[in-house]
Amino acid sequence: MKHILIISVLAIGAMSLTNKPAISWTPAQGGLQASIARGKLVYLQQCLPCHQADASGVPNMNPPLIKTRQVLGNKTALIKIVLNGLKGVDIDGDSFNGVMAPHPDLTDQEIADVLTYVRNSFGNKASAVTVAQVKAVRAANKPAN
Amino acid sequence: MGFTALCLTVSTAFAGGGDGKHPGNGANAAPTAMPQLKLPAGFKAVAVVGDFGQVRHIAVAPNGVVFIKLAKLKDGKGIYRLQDTNGDGKADKITGFGNYRGTGMAIRNGYLYASSDEDVYRYKLDRNANVIDPEKPERIVMGLLARGEHQPKAITLDYSGNLYVNIGAYSNACQLVDRTKGSPGRKPCPILDSAGGIWQFKADKPDQTYGDDHHYATGLRNVVGFDWNRQTNSLFVMQHGRDQLSSLYPQYWNDKQSAELPAECMYELHKGSNCGWPYIFYDQFQHKQLLNPEYGGDGKKGPEEKYQDPVLAFPGHLAPDGLLFYTGDQFPAKYKNGAFVAFHGSWNRAPEPQQGFYVVFVPFENGKPTGKWEVFADNFAGGPANISPSKAEQRPCGLAQGPDGSIYVTSDTKLGAVWKISYNK
Repeated sequence: MKHILIISVLAIGAMSLTNKPAISWTPAQGGLQASIARGKLVYLQQCLPCHQADASGVPNMNPPLIKTRQVLGNKTALIKIVLNGLKGVDIDGDSFNGVMAPHPDLTDQEIADVLTYVRNSFGNKASAVTVAQVKAVRAANKPAN
Repeated sequence: MGFTALCLTVSTAFAGGGDGKHPGNGANAAPTAMPQLKLPAGFKAVAVVGDFGQVRHIAVAPNGVVFIKLAKLKDGKGIYRLQDTNGDGKADKITGFGNYRGTGMAIRNGYLYASSDEDVYRYKLDRNANVIDPEKPERIVMGLLARGEHQPKAITLDYSGNLYVNIGAYSNACQLVDRTKGSPGRKPCPILDSAGGIWQFKADKPDQTYGDDHHYATGLRNVVGFDWNRQTNSLFVMQHGRDQLSSLYPQYWNDKQSAELPAECMYELHKGSNCGWPYIFYDQFQHKQLLNPEYGGDGKKGPEEKYQDPVLAFPGHLAPDGLLFYTGDQFPAKYKNGAFVAFHGSWNRAPEPQQGFYVVFVPFENGKPTGKWEVFADNFAGGPANISPSKAEQRPCGLAQGPDGSIYVTSDTKLGAVWKISYNK
């Protein structure tokens, strides 16, 4: 049963990779490709030193950004990680103890762009993050510390 | 059956490790990550165990039995006893015990010492280096701080009944908000009362904990590799220097400079040593201590207070995780009383190329490094394309010397290993 379930999940993932992209989200400012291009610049400045150029991360310290639940999953949670930082996370049984700084200084546009870039690079394929989504999460955000 | 096979194939492709390198590996082949080590002429390496697990530090008993501490439990065990009964160097009798993960492993006076991230335990060994009661170790130290960042506790012992424990600082440079642009450094740094230094305990007294009597040296950001030097009768440590000069302070350092700075420093400690973290770092090009930017530094200004200078400065971010003074007679004469350092390999050199992933040798004369260090064992990463923390097949971590004068090197990647390196004339 477990195997069948895994296969189904993989199959759905494979379909979304091979089919023509069914873009059902509202493109960010200037369109998806423009957002990805701007997001790459934010990534190089803000993310690369720890997550590395290929987003493969650092074992035991800084988590990879490749096909993880955190990157591909709930956008509100992902936006909050950028706004509030993160300390310690488990991914598939591996623990990462690095400290990620909070980035409330990034604009809504920068956060939308960099997350759209990450969700559509390094083998990832997921919907864009919009400025409106970042704005809404920021408005409701209460940092843990 | 079909589903199972497909599933295995897919997960192998997703894991991305080793594919293409071992053509012919089908869905049922076990993964492997055992590179051929590069050594000086006359030396050879035998894998004591290969593709084993995240092996941190290592200790060898007087009869040659090896003990290793794992960062992640393997089959529920955190310590393994490795015995080579037929003399080919490979472990053929392997037993595990201890249900806690950790880093520290040492042997002294018939006891095996092991650390979790909070405690230090010891196990009595019999004359054949069997653990007499693996289920009931004696807790020697308890309740040490472990807050994620730099939490592994490295341990070593002197020859006068003392145990030394590194308690790493849970911070990069003691900023108000860790690793955050513009956040100032705290002075005095409140972390230093219980971390960022070396603590000394009695090797045979149960349940010791924090107390001023135990505080041996301070101002050390994080130490994983350290060893007692019998020639100088003093403790030598390798510090992991601070990260992120260029990403936090681009006005003072560019990425190229930040890849080299600060130096990874070797210090000779004495009781009361203060090596200056978080207030300073050591610049190996200007040959001086510089004020950290969190404390007003700009790449030129030195501190008003004087802190201890390193005895040797290596390039930045190489991550020294093991230090061993060689006291054996098997290796050529130049190695005697010199130091081996295991460099885990950098991550904070990005976007510049990473470096490290090798074991170096540092010649010593009269208890001081001569400064001309050389790479001793290389190619742990498994080729130039793998010089990266996530792609490296192996990352050197622990070092130990065997009774025959061979040395042992561990690696803590997922398929980490232990090598025995010997010299044949």
